[in-house]
Amino acid sequence: MPDIGVRNFAGKINCPNPFWLASAPPTNTGEMIMRAFDAGWGGAVWKTIGEPVVNVSSRYSATDWNGQRIMGFNNIELISDRTVEQNLSEMAEVKRRYPKNAVIASLMVASNREAWHEIVTRAEDAGADGLELNFGCPHGMSERGMGSAVGQVPEYAEMITAWVKEKARTPVLVKLTPNISDIRTVARAAKRGGADGLSAINTINSITGIDLDTLVPRPNVDGKSSHGGYCGPAVKPIAMNMVQQIMADPEAALPFSGIGGIGSWRDAAEFMLLGCGTVQVCTAVMHYGYRIVEDMADGLDNWMREKGFKTIDDFRGLSVNRVTEWKHLNLNFKIVARIDEQKCIGCDLCHIACWDGAHQCIHLDRVSGPIDGHVELHRTPAAEQAESLAAIAETPVTRKEREAAFAHGPYPTPLARIPRVDETECVGCNLCSCVCPVEGCITMVRVDKDVPPESWEQRTKGAACAAPTSGD
Amino acid sequence: MEVAINATNGSMFDRQPDLYGPPVAPRRKGDGMSTATLPDDPHLKARFGELKPALTSQAAVIEADRCLNCFDAPCTAACPTHIDVPGFIKRIASGNLRGSAVRILDANILGASCARVCPVDVLCEGACVLLRQNHKPIQIALLQRHAMDAFWASGETPPAKVATKKKLRVACVGGGPASLACAAELRRAGAWAAVIERRELPGGLNTYGVAEYKLRAADSVREVEMIRQLGVEFRCGMEVNSAAALEALEAEFDFVFLGLGLGAMQRLNVPGEDTRGVMNALELIAAYKTGHVRELHGTVVVVGAGNTAIDAANAARRLGADTVYMLYRRSEQEMSAFDFEFEHAKQEGVLFLWRRLPVAIRPEAHGRLQLETVQVRQADGKLEVIPDSEVTIDCDLIVPAIGQSPLTELLQKLRSVEVRDGRIVADRETGQTGNARYFAGGDCVNGGREVVDAVAGGKRAAIAMLKFAEVAHA
Repeated sequence: MPDIGVRNFAGKINCPNPFWLASAPPTNTGEMIMRAFDAGWGGAVWKTIGEPVVNVSSRYSATDWNGQRIMGFNNIELISDRTVEQNLSEMAEVKRRYPKNAVIASLMVASNREAWHEIVTRAEDAGADGLELNFGCPHGMSERGMGSAVGQVPEYAEMITAWVKEKARTPVLVKLTPNISDIRTVARAAKRGGADGLSAINTINSITGIDLDTLVPRPNVDGKSSHGGYCGPAVKPIAMNMVQQIMADPEAALPFSGIGGIGSWRDAAEFMLLGCGTVQVCTAVMHYGYRIVEDMADGLDNWMREKGFKTIDDFRGLSVNRVTEWKHLNLNFKIVARIDEQKCIGCDLCHIACWDGAHQCIHLDRVSGPIDGHVELHRTPAAEQAESLAAIAETPVTRKEREAAFAHGPYPTPLARIPRVDETECVGCNLCSCVCPVEGCITMVRVDKDVPPESWEQRTKGAACAAPTSGD
Repeated sequence: MEVAINATNGSMFDRQPDLYGPPVAPRRKGDGMSTATLPDDPHLKARFGELKPALTSQAAVIEADRCLNCFDAPCTAACPTHIDVPGFIKRIASGNLRGSAVRILDANILGASCARVCPVDVLCEGACVLLRQNHKPIQIALLQRHAMDAFWASGETPPAKVATKKKLRVACVGGGPASLACAAELRRAGAWAAVIERRELPGGLNTYGVAEYKLRAADSVREVEMIRQLGVEFRCGMEVNSAAALEALEAEFDFVFLGLGLGAMQRLNVPGEDTRGVMNALELIAAYKTGHVRELHGTVVVVGAGNTAIDAANAARRLGADTVYMLYRRSEQEMSAFDFEFEHAKQEGVLFLWRRLPVAIRPEAHGRLQLETVQVRQADGKLEVIPDSEVTIDCDLIVPAIGQSPLTELLQKLRSVEVRDGRIVADRETGQTGNARYFAGGDCVNGGREVVDAVAGGKRAAIAMLKFAEVAHA
C-alpha cells in the first residue's frame, strides 16, 4: 500500500497527502477550509492575508472550448477582503480542530521590513505551519507595489524574503509569478534570500474574451475590464515548463509546491515527476467543489501501486532530467506513423492534417494503388473532395441496396477511406497521432535500426560555425 | 367537407376524397401559394404532433461539438445532394446559425423538409464514422432541422445570389421536390424557371404525401414559398396532359424538365375493389392532411409493407382506428419498409399479417366490408396459395398500398423521350432524355426513391441545362 503522506516538506510541514488548496477563493474562510479538510484535502494555503481590500463585481471570466466549460479561467479578484484579525483567529481555530492538516498563511503587505516582521509573527502565532509570500498576484495589488511588482524584480524578492526569514520560525515558501521573461531569476533570488521552498505558477496576465454584442472584454465591470490572472487546465503546460526550468537549475531548485491547471491525479503525478512535493489546486475546485480530491488521492495511490512506488519521493523529480536542450537530442532517432486498419474509423483527419499541416505523406490511395515519395503525383485533398461531390449517391431503398451500401470487406471501414502512411516521406512528427480520435489507432513506431545516436552538438562539433546539415 | 368514417354510421363516404382534387380555393393571380386550403386543425395537430422533439439550442451545440469534422466526410458523400454536413454542423457549434442554414440550402433547397423526411439511418447518419467508434452517430437530421428552424424563426430569406441574368427559360413540369430543386437551382444561377403543377398547392408528395408527424403540409408550402421568393414562377392548377400543351411549353421555354413523379397507386386487382370503403394509401394520407378525413373507427386493413403503407397504417391508428392490420404477401425479412419505420409501426400498435394475400372484397351491412384473404408460401420463387387457408377479415376500411404506377399516359405523348418499364430514360449525370430539350428527374426517372434523391436529380439537371445553355450562347 503506497504512502502518499507528506513529511517535513520545505523543512517542517507535514500533512496526510500532497493535495493542497491554493491561496484563492476556496480558502477564503476557516469554515471553508475545515469543510475542505473533511473532504480530504491534505493542506490549504489561506487566501492571502494583508490589509483588507475592496473587490469589484464581477470578478471572473472563462474560456470555454468545444463545448467544455472553463478550459481556462481568469480573475480580477484581489487578496482577502477580510481583516487580518478575522483571518488569523479563524486560522487558530482551524489548526486547533485539524492539527494534522497543513495550514499555510499566504501573506502580502507593503514593502517594508516592519510590516513583514509583524505579519509573519502574527500568522505564526495563529498556528500557521508555513508561510507563502505572495510575490505573484498579477492584477490590482501590483499597481500598489505588491504582488508581482515584487516578484518581477529579483532584488526586491530577495530582500523581502530575507526580511521574512529574519523572523520566521516556520518554513517560508515564495510564490512566483510567471509574468516574467525568465522565472529562474526570481527563483534564484528567493533562494539567495533564504526561502525554504517555492510555489509556482501564479496566474498569467490575460484577457479571456470580448463580448461580441457589447464589445467589452470579460469580466465586465460597468463597461470596463482589467488585465486578469489566467489559470485552469489551459495553463498547465506553461506551468510545467516553468517548474522544470527551476528544478533543473541548482541555483534555483528548492522544495516545490506545484500550481497551474492541476485538477486530477494525473496532473499531480506529472508535476511531482518534475520535482514537486506537493501540488496546489484552485480552478478545478471552483468548478466542481472540494469532492474532486477523492479521485486525486485514490488515483495517485492506484497509479503508485501499479508502478511499484511506495512513497512520493520514489518518483518525485524522475522526469526533470528527461528535458534537455534541443542540441542534445538524438538526430538519428526515427519514428514513423502506423495506422491500424482494424481500428481506423475513416475520419481521414490524419490525411488532411498531414497534407495541410505537415509533410504530405498520408494518402488515400489504398484502392487506386500506393505511390511512394512523390507528393506531386498524388491527388490533392481538394481534388479528392471534388470527386466525392461529383459522384452520384442514391438512397439505398431496397434491402439489397442497403446491404451493399453497408458491407465493406475485411475492415470495419471502406478501404478507400483508410489512409496509408508513406514511410519514405514520414518525418515522425506525431501530428497524425495527435489528431486521430481513436485510441491506439495511429502509433509511432521506431525504425532507426542500428544507427548510433548523434546530437546536433556532436554533429556540428569542430565545424567553424553551426551550419545546417543537408538533411539526408 | 369533412368525412367521418364510422363503423356504426351507415353513410360512410359522402364523398370519395380525391387525391388530385383537394378542396380548391379560387386561385388569385400573383397570389403565389396560399395555405388557405390547409386546415389549421387542433385535432390534427394533437394527433400528429412532431415525432421527434427538436433539439434545444444548447443540446444542438453539444451535439455539434461532438462531430469530428471528418475530411471529405462520408455523411456528405452519402447525401444525394451532398450537403456539407460537417460544414453546417460546425457553424452551429460556432453560433453561426444563419451560415449553417445557408450552407444547407446551397446544396439542398429543400433542406428543411429533408431534415424531417430523410431515412438518415441509411444515408448521412448511417455513414457517420462514429458508428464505428462508439455506435452513436451524430444526430445530423436533428441538427439540420435545428439550423433550418432557426432560419425560419429569424424570418430571413436565402441569399439571392442571382448574379448575371441568363436568357435561359425552363419549364419544370410537376410541382414536387425534383421540379422545385431544379427551378431553384436555375433561378439562383440567373435563369428563368416556371413550375407547372396541376394541383392547387405545389410541393408534390412533400405537401400531400408525407406523414403529418414528420412533415406538416404547411411546412412544405412554406418551403415552396421560399422558392417563389427566389423568383421562381408558379403556375398551379395547370395540367400538362396533351401533345398541344407540350408544344406550347416548347414554344415558350428553352428546356422542359419533367419532374412528374409517379402515377396513381396500383390497384389490387381483386373483385369488389371499387367498393366504397376502399381508399389507397396516398388518398388516405392526402385526405387527412387536408382535413377530409378527421376520424376513423373500427378495423382498417392496409395492404402492402412499404414505407407509404406504414405511413398509412400509423395514420389510421392515430385517426382512431381500433385495429390496424398490415397485410403482406411476403415475410418480415422481405418487406421494403426501412427498419426504423417497421419499428415505429409496431410502437403505434399496428398488427402484421405476413404471407397473406387479398383475394376479394365484399360490402356488408352498415358500410362494413369483408376482406377475403389466403395464406401463401414461396415455391420456386413464386407465391403459391396454401389450400384451405382462407380467412375473412371484417373491417371498415381497406387501404391498398402496393406502390405507385407509372404515369404512362403523359409519357406516351412525349415524342423521342424514351420510356422503359414506365420510367423515363435519362442520362444519370445530366438528366437529359432522348429528346435534347427534355430533362427529367425524381420518381419518374428513378422509379420512386426519397425526396432527397428527387432534389439531387432536379439539381443535376439544372446544372446540366445551365452548362448546355452556356455553350449554346457562347
